[in-house]
Amino acid sequence: MIHQYKNNGYNIVLDVNSGAIHVVDDVTYDMIAEYEKLQKDTVIENAAAKYPKIPRDEIREAYDEITSLKEDGALFTPDEYEGRVIDYTKRPTVIKAMCLNVAHACNLSCKYCFADEGLYFGKKAELMSLSVGKKALDFLIASSGNRRNLEVDFFGGEPTLNFDVVKELVAYGRSREEESGKKFRFTFTTNGLLLNDEIMEFANKEMDNVVLSIDGRKEIHDMMRPKHDGGPTYDTIVPKYQKFAKMREEAGKQYYVRGTYTRNNLDFAKDILHMADLGFHEISIEPVVAPPEEDYALKTEDIPVLEEQYDILAKEMVARYKTKDDFTFFHFMIDLEGGPCVYKRLSGCGSGTEYVSVIPNGDIFPCHQFVGKPDFKIGNVFTGIDREDIVTEFKGCNVYTREKCRSCFAKFYCSGGCSANAYNFTGNVRGVYDVGCALEKKRVECAIMIKAAQAAKDAQEAQES
Amino acid sequence: MKHVQTLNTKRLGCGECQT
Repeated sequence: MIHQYKNNGYNIVLDVNSGAIHVVDDVTYDMIAEYEKLQKDTVIENAAAKYPKIPRDEIREAYDEITSLKEDGALFTPDEYEGRVIDYTKRPTVIKAMCLNVAHACNLSCKYCFADEGLYFGKKAELMSLSVGKKALDFLIASSGNRRNLEVDFFGGEPTLNFDVVKELVAYGRSREEESGKKFRFTFTTNGLLLNDEIMEFANKEMDNVVLSIDGRKEIHDMMRPKHDGGPTYDTIVPKYQKFAKMREEAGKQYYVRGTYTRNNLDFAKDILHMADLGFHEISIEPVVAPPEEDYALKTEDIPVLEEQYDILAKEMVARYKTKDDFTFFHFMIDLEGGPCVYKRLSGCGSGTEYVSVIPNGDIFPCHQFVGKPDFKIGNVFTGIDREDIVTEFKGCNVYTREKCRSCFAKFYCSGGCSANAYNFTGNVRGVYDVGCALEKKRVECAIMIKAAQAAKDAQEAQES
Repeated sequence: MKHVQTLNTKRLGCGECQT
């Protein structure tokens, strides 16, 4: 399977099953489209008719290059994975990543919050106790088999509302590393209101990554992320984030400013560039996932506008490449040389199998997006997993069990999308959320184009020097 | 190659990579 597309002046060909990515000239691009369908002489005749100024020898040369790519396993590569997926679905899995909901409480009233303002549809606010948190870490260590790298994300609600417990849990995790042979990677997500020097210094010492929530421009952010009394939050958090980001950059630590865009800001590229202009260099923004009746929910008819925004953003990132205003955008990050193996790409985040979420009373869910859905409770950290049937259902989530994904060019980059979004929109964890799918395909195309443009810039620089 | 530039040399588990 191959995927051909043109973007920003580049002719790009993706060989889906090998992962090889080629930038080709016009005549080669057209011949690749016919290569598997027509005889060699016909392909060359068609190209000669379309490009009369190109010598016939050169067209033959381009054809031979296509043949060479195919022989080298870099074009029209057959699928060697699908036949093994039945074994893959029966694979033994271990839990190696955990979202720890240390606070089912929040000090904001974000309009699009999937977590019901942090309460997750519970009746009252609840903080995780130290004893439940310790048991959760014990459960993770005991469930992780021979995995060495374990990941814990402190989440909520708002985790800074229970930060003393966060600090004690980090210390507890560290105390268990040597005897258990494990290495913890701690991260946390915050809305920024309670950030202070003490929290920042602790995070810079112990947290491998921090996610700082902000939606972009002040008017957009304050419209969607107000306090409980409706008051604004942008002016409170931005100076804190700028200080925090600078500290982490100086310490060589990772961070993200991360937002959500809705129908209120279909021009979301401006929000990303606003965050870049505030001095942030690691940025992410997600399309809102909301019930269709909400006035801020994205609609199918918005997709062309949103795709254009990704194009605008991609071109701007190319222009800023290797300048002081350069920045990374999470959804355009793509590791063409050191990316993960196919096993990882088949199932993505590993929700319900390698990754789980634990709430303040110790109940376990397949991921943070399923918290609050009683039918998806799979166990408790004190008693273990008791719904292997649900775990088995999630083991079966991969790009070959989702019919729409099987023939999709982006399957090894998006890994089949989010099971929670699929469930919310189709009632099936193996379904496909169509709006998210369309946007992910566009993001993959943009990400590859950026790589092509960066390679061209690098080559030009090398030539000039 | 004259007509083709390939962007990546590597082609497509231990379970240790990040979630």
